[in-house]
Amino acid sequence: MTTRTTTGVHSGIGTSVGRPDGEPKVTGNFAYASDLSADNMLWGATLRSPYAHARLVKLDIAPALAMAGVHAVLTQDDVPGEPRFGQEEQDQPVLCDGTAQYWGEPVAVVAAEDEETARLAAAAIVVEWEPLEPVVDPDAAVANGAAFREMKIRRGDEEAVGSIVVEGFYETAMQDQAPLGPEAGLAIPDGEGGLDLYITSQWIHVDHRQIIACLAMDPDQIRCHPAGIGGAFGSREDISVHIHVAMLSLATGRPVKMAYDRTESFVGHVKRHPARMWYRHEADDEGNLVKVTARLVLDGGGYAHTSRAVLANAAFFTVGAYRCDNVFVEAAVARTNNPPCGAMRGFGAVQTCFASEMQMDRLAEALDMDPLDLRRRNALAPGDAVATSGQIIEGSLPTIAAIDAVEAIPLPDLIEGDDPRLLPGGTGLTTPASSVVRGVGYAVGLKNLAFSEGFDDFAEARVVMTTSGVEVHTAAMEVGQGLVTVCQQIARTVLGTDRVAVVWDDTSQIGSAGSTSASRQTQMTGGAVHAAAVGLRDQIIAAHGGDELRDDGVYLKDERIATIDEVCVAGPVDCLVQFRHPETFPPDENGQGDVHAGFVVAAHRAVVDVDPELGLVRVVRVDTAQDVGTALNPQAITGQLEGGIMQGVGLAVMEQLVVKEGVILNPTFTDYLIPTFLDAPDVETRIIEEGDHWGPFGAKGIGESPTISSTPAIVAAINAATGQRLSKVPVLPGDIAGSG
Amino acid sequence: MNVTITLNGEARMFDVAGPESLLSVLRNDLDLPGTKDACEQGECGSCTVNMDGEALCSCLVMAVDADGSIVLTVEGLSSEGELHAVQDAMLKHGAVQCGFCTPGIVVAGSRLLESNPHPTEIEIREALSGNICRCTGYGAILRAFEDLAAEES
Repeated sequence: MTTRTTTGVHSGIGTSVGRPDGEPKVTGNFAYASDLSADNMLWGATLRSPYAHARLVKLDIAPALAMAGVHAVLTQDDVPGEPRFGQEEQDQPVLCDGTAQYWGEPVAVVAAEDEETARLAAAAIVVEWEPLEPVVDPDAAVANGAAFREMKIRRGDEEAVGSIVVEGFYETAMQDQAPLGPEAGLAIPDGEGGLDLYITSQWIHVDHRQIIACLAMDPDQIRCHPAGIGGAFGSREDISVHIHVAMLSLATGRPVKMAYDRTESFVGHVKRHPARMWYRHEADDEGNLVKVTARLVLDGGGYAHTSRAVLANAAFFTVGAYRCDNVFVEAAVARTNNPPCGAMRGFGAVQTCFASEMQMDRLAEALDMDPLDLRRRNALAPGDAVATSGQIIEGSLPTIAAIDAVEAIPLPDLIEGDDPRLLPGGTGLTTPASSVVRGVGYAVGLKNLAFSEGFDDFAEARVVMTTSGVEVHTAAMEVGQGLVTVCQQIARTVLGTDRVAVVWDDTSQIGSAGSTSASRQTQMTGGAVHAAAVGLRDQIIAAHGGDELRDDGVYLKDERIATIDEVCVAGPVDCLVQFRHPETFPPDENGQGDVHAGFVVAAHRAVVDVDPELGLVRVVRVDTAQDVGTALNPQAITGQLEGGIMQGVGLAVMEQLVVKEGVILNPTFTDYLIPTFLDAPDVETRIIEEGDHWGPFGAKGIGESPTISSTPAIVAAINAATGQRLSKVPVLPGDIAGSG
Repeated sequence: MNVTITLNGEARMFDVAGPESLLSVLRNDLDLPGTKDACEQGECGSCTVNMDGEALCSCLVMAVDADGSIVLTVEGLSSEGELHAVQDAMLKHGAVQCGFCTPGIVVAGSRLLESNPHPTEIEIREALSGNICRCTGYGAILRAFEDLAAEES
């Protein structure tokens, strides 16, 4: 059926329409999980392991139970169902079951009348520990067989040699997502033995699966509802308060709330895997990559979480956005007693992009070649094979266009004057303007879209026509990125009406939308909304014998033949769709196969001012050209690009969890530095639109790309300014000082 | 002890038992959760309120020390459904993503514009440098305030 669909829509796709939750957020009326309360509510608190590795010898909860106002103290013995949880591998006990595997592992939980009593009661629990030697060296762990996953990529001729060879060893630090909203949740008994759970999450259905297993309850007894989320960036992919708050509520029969403070938040969610990466690039005299050999070791910490998938991403993006016929990678993610790591924006691709882009710069230097010409010469394009997996790229991939576009952005002028706010180090330090050296650096990053390796990846959405407008029902988590707006825009464009509202269903009302991660929701839930809206439109038009659906009814040859009231005379009309992306497959024993659903590319250029004597850096500008497929909301895209870049700035020059013998030494915002307004570079963006082969209107997900190649671009710029060959991030003053 | 403050234009009295912060009293006792709790160390600015004309981290203010003060929170910025100009500009420029930093930024930013209606870019950056935003990268927030700074007063 041929239909026209754009009549009278002002806020459909391609517009920078504002977000529906914007007004409650600017007025302070948006309810985040940590703002929730209920009548008769108790507060929960968690006792955590003070050791990175220790045997639990004795646990005496009696002193806590004896305190006034304490209603429950629970340990692993109180877990009614499966003793362990985990998204990929169920390996972590709900509460410590004999041996603590990382610093801060939950040991017991308490419910009390108020927050302070709950925390005091947790502290009153008597625990006797036998400290054990923590395993903190990931290389040693892998050598001893302690790995969550090891994989090999073997493609092409191992004997191939290039005339130009560069080698390097690179390291990236443990980075924290540091969302401003802390982990929080509220459990409310339903009076029939079940619970309603209001939680922060990136994927409520996968949380639900783990919660009901550990509680030994039927799926319909526990309903997970999304609560307002203050950022995520990967930190909410795994369980935090969820099972604990549910157990406390079931034990007491009362509503229970838990909310972490900042230090507990640092301890209570997984982080970006630190990585150690050895690389060898070989090229011919013209700069064509001949062979890349690499060994990657990531530190997964105490429990598996999503380490297996992160490792695969790191390995598959070993070579970045370039062709190479001979690739040999050995990769492992270690099981240690360091803080557990998992998802963070970029998901493994961040680590290898840093190393491989540093290698490309070294190769350009060895070839005496312009670094961008080297990248253009080897740039991946549609129809090429991905260097690692051998997968042929379908859809769009404008690598060269991105490089050209970012290079064409005019460079900023030198900073004039001596305002310390514009000099490296800022007002607190003493860089004179005369000491400043400027550097410019580039990097390119490649990322997969949605879930990979044969995972059955789908998203469900229901689109409903009612007499008062259209409702989009989904369980996809809105974490701040603007999915809510994109869902509205897609439905508006398809259904010819601006009156579209998004309704979040709980786990009992709709099927899974999959995770808000892997840059996937614009394409996956967006794809489901698109398909459901098309299905609804065609169903309504067919039922009334028309040829078009508009805001006020069904039309035939420009004449209205049914009003919306008539369309809905028997009640709301709806269409439910489960959307799947093109099938992917697990890699074979050599890491080969069609493992990914699609690809997205970005290029970044950084401009830095450096004081080489003091080692101080000011990131002046980070410009980017971003492959977006089709731009559904240009303003929201700009927000993702600028925000993603800032997390790349953080990893480049300041963000690092300092871990000693498994203990985090800086779990506060005083000691874990995040870029502020004064650290933030100006950003100039270029959006490249070449529609992809799947996803609504050819759109791609762009949540992660901005964070991937911004970090190496900044380090390349510092290298250009100082003449160094820096090899680890973050680059701290001591890495530069004295290089001038 | 009993503490009296003028809160969003109304006299409010509360009883303080111990070392509670103003943030804790606002959120837990006075039912004003718009002011956010994100670090309790005065590092992130999520809890910014306007107290006697200064933008302060309410997590660092002892509730007893607020006695006699005039306190404005995010809930008091808009009146009768009419958004404050800062709130309007933040929405127009797409300066809100997760929104957890937003209440602190609109309070700190409105105070900036009261004292300096036409701030330069670096003055905007410095005035808001105590407010961490993890989502936007600050670009849209800067554009919102540059827009406001360019307005005729």
